[in-house]
Amino acid sequence: MNAGTLLTLAGYFALLSLFAIGGANAALPEMHRLAVEVMHWMSERQFADMFAIAQMTPGPNVIVVTLIGYHVAGLAGALVATLAMCGPTCLFAFFLGRVWDRFKDAPWRVAVQAALVPISIGLLGASAAVVANAAARSELAVALTALTALVTYAVKLNPLWIFAGAALLGLAGLI
Amino acid sequence: MSDSSAPVSPAPGPLELFIAFALISVYGFGGVLYWSRRMMVDERKWMTAEAFNEAYALCNFLPGPNIVNFSVVFGRQVGGTLGALVAFVGLLGPPFLLMTVFGLLYAHYGEIGALRRVLAGVAAAAAGLTISTSLKMAAPLFRERPGFAQILAVAAFLAVGILRWPLYWVLGVLIPCGIGMAWWQRR
Repeated sequence: MNAGTLLTLAGYFALLSLFAIGGANAALPEMHRLAVEVMHWMSERQFADMFAIAQMTPGPNVIVVTLIGYHVAGLAGALVATLAMCGPTCLFAFFLGRVWDRFKDAPWRVAVQAALVPISIGLLGASAAVVANAAARSELAVALTALTALVTYAVKLNPLWIFAGAALLGLAGLI
Repeated sequence: MSDSSAPVSPAPGPLELFIAFALISVYGFGGVLYWSRRMMVDERKWMTAEAFNEAYALCNFLPGPNIVNFSVVFGRQVGGTLGALVAFVGLLGPPFLLMTVFGLLYAHYGEIGALRRVLAGVAAAAAGLTISTSLKMAAPLFRERPGFAQILAVAAFLAVGILRWPLYWVLGVLIPCGIGMAWWQRR
């Protein structure tokens, strides 16, 4: 770990946060591209593992960046990545919170929102594709992904049960 | 439904605010929105349902982790700069500590056979969950009258998820196009 790595993490996640439209998960494909393909900080499997750990842990989805930061540069990396990902947009929120009501019905706001909502939906789908691809280690893993998608789409189920079942299947060596 | 005319409780102090957001974070499995609404509107009655929706609309409009943005907006409303800071730390502190511990464990034991197998299962399930969440979000959009919105969504999905083009380039094209189309259709 060195200052250069921390600076890369800080600059990268701060920039990335500005492109995370509709939530932190929209930025997952870009995180994957950087961490796995560009910087080679981790393997495809490790990325999928970290996403899985973050999903199992309570708290906001954005917390996966803490794990990526930790993997790259230890505790300092975890702190830097988390603050960089949350800081810039929080400052926006802090200052915009005051004047936001004034723009409630402004035509430009309506137009921007009409564009951003569908894009954010497309990006969430892209995140799902990237994560599913990273998790596809075997045919059974693909089958489990498909089954989970179908079941959770059809019925409302606490994700903890799904994770517990999947963990057992994995432990048994089936995935 | 919450009664919008119900009186709102007095503004919380910094400690109360910290505890509330820490609880939201710890309860919040796979989505903190549900818990934050329940805490802010239904349980503590710190804000009306309308005020919550308004604040949440702002946080969805802004880029970045929206629930973290929400903690800052709400914290500032009720407690100024200190309130914003306290809510932010309350929300991110507990999962940050957990993640650091998990990061340490993963670094040491991540390659051990049993853990690798467990994670392989959970990763496959987590991916499936993400697929169903995104399908649920997309369903209402595709029930609407076909138009540029569906094209934007499909283009973002294909470019980023399948072709794996860099996000910045894709958004650099799609956002101006989308805003232009929305502006043009407005009339």
